Amino acid sequence: MSEAIIKIENAVVSYREDVALHGVSLKVFSGEFVGVIGPNGAGKTTLLTVVNGLGNLISGQVQVLGKPVTANDRHELRKQVGYVAQVENIDPRMPMSVREVVMIGRYGLLGLFHRPGKSDWAIVDAALEMVGMLQLSKRPIGHLSGGEQQRAAIARCLAQEPKIFLLDEPTASLDWKARTDILEMVKRIHDARHLTTLFVTHELETLPNTCDRLVLMKEGRIIGDGKPEKLISVENLSRLYDLPLDIIIERHPHIHHDKGH
Amino acid sequence: MQYAILATFLGGIACAVIGVFVVLLHMPFIGVAMSHAAFAGALFGLLIGVNPLITAFAFSLLVALIIGPLADRGQLSPDTSLGVIYSLMLGIAFLIIGVLPSSRSEALGLLWGSVLTVTRSDIILIAIVAVVVIGLVIAFFKEAQAAVFNRQIALSVGLPATLILYVVLFMTGASITVSLNSIGGLLIFSLILNPAAAAYQLTYSMKKMFLLAAVFGVASGWAGLLLSYLFNIPSGATIVITSSLIFGVCVLFSPKRRTGKINSGHIVNK
Repeated sequence: MSEAIIKIENAVVSYREDVALHGVSLKVFSGEFVGVIGPNGAGKTTLLTVVNGLGNLISGQVQVLGKPVTANDRHELRKQVGYVAQVENIDPRMPMSVREVVMIGRYGLLGLFHRPGKSDWAIVDAALEMVGMLQLSKRPIGHLSGGEQQRAAIARCLAQEPKIFLLDEPTASLDWKARTDILEMVKRIHDARHLTTLFVTHELETLPNTCDRLVLMKEGRIIGDGKPEKLISVENLSRLYDLPLDIIIERHPHIHHDKGH
Repeated sequence: MQYAILATFLGGIACAVIGVFVVLLHMPFIGVAMSHAAFAGALFGLLIGVNPLITAFAFSLLVALIIGPLADRGQLSPDTSLGVIYSLMLGIAFLIIGVLPSSRSEALGLLWGSVLTVTRSDIILIAIVAVVVIGLVIAFFKEAQAAVFNRQIALSVGLPATLILYVVLFMTGASITVSLNSIGGLLIFSLILNPAAAAYQLTYSMKKMFLLAAVFGVASGWAGLLLSYLFNIPSGATIVITSSLIFGVCVLFSPKRRTGKINSGHIVNK
């Protein structure tokens, strides 16, 4: 097994009185594509934010790319970690083009007082081409559809040339076509660049085809970790989402039962 | 008159450039609360015999320190916490006007402003703030651009987005303070908001938005001065009314108003 580039040990995170992570431990190895599923409020987004230093640990330890995540090193760490959030409402009048927004991915790497050069714009254009958005590069960012905005967000991460790729439900609120496009693109990017990827999603049907490994989260804890084809069972989903077995079977007839049940 | 022309030129640029951040960060209420805090602070300075500009700056920064963490966490509720701060500052201001033993005319001057009475030291202060504001925007344009687009994204790529927010609040306080004498505490915020809001209607380029806002800020100041001189009416009021009219015209002729949101999905799928 290759080196673990994300090591989370007994991480506890809370927002005021609510505990978002209860002593979570997880190792992610270089090049792995890890899917994270669970109901709303399970701590999936918080898990991603402790990796890029946006979340505040109360106790526990997090090591990313061989270094402990501390308040002083967060800015440096984030330059190496790409982060795509859910579709956000962008003001249609926002005075920025798609190309300028994708360039934001390079700003952390450039450092203070350095302006983007030709090579930076070439990297941005290559990223836009990879997500099929080059023809829309001069369009105002607020004029894009939700699916296009997510492609631009993925291009922004690619322009960052990260070592770790975090995706927080990037397909939420998108239509079926946009969802499948984004999923295929993420998989294609992972395969092409071997980016270590943590992918929070609700796309149960496509998970076995996209992820190497699946993590099940509920109430701030990891309750399952393994191959998606083994973990996505009627029994596990029933336990994860607190739904009776027959409802899971009715809604997802293709999902298998665990042996012995 | 030369000082008045210079004050409106420099103040117009500084306020309008700050206004671009206020508009793009969707925080007009913060500016309103800060400008009224500066007004209350200046009056407090008069009351205790300290230079009003020092206390005005201190009060506006105090409000920025209260509001900043709320804005940074995205917990801002303009109709509650800001409303309370705004009304509190206005209450303090009028209380001080009521108890001021003398120099009530000076207090009213801070309320309405009088660009024709600005002094050389006022001009120097406005010039310093204008140069710092423009210098910061030029030096940190890419960081500012990322932070106004989305602070969370700016943070996630390793930029100090929280620091940028506080610098914007600090410079907002400074711009308001140095323009108090010329524009007045009640009207200064219009000179921050209106030129930037007008520029926002016309362009999809942030650089052009900064330039247009500065042009509109200076144009409002100079046109307001001219109207004030011609009709012998208060300059603060004419400057603000002019900036509002420029905004109205920009809204009417805004290309953004005509096009609305374009769904470009079909282009991608070709």
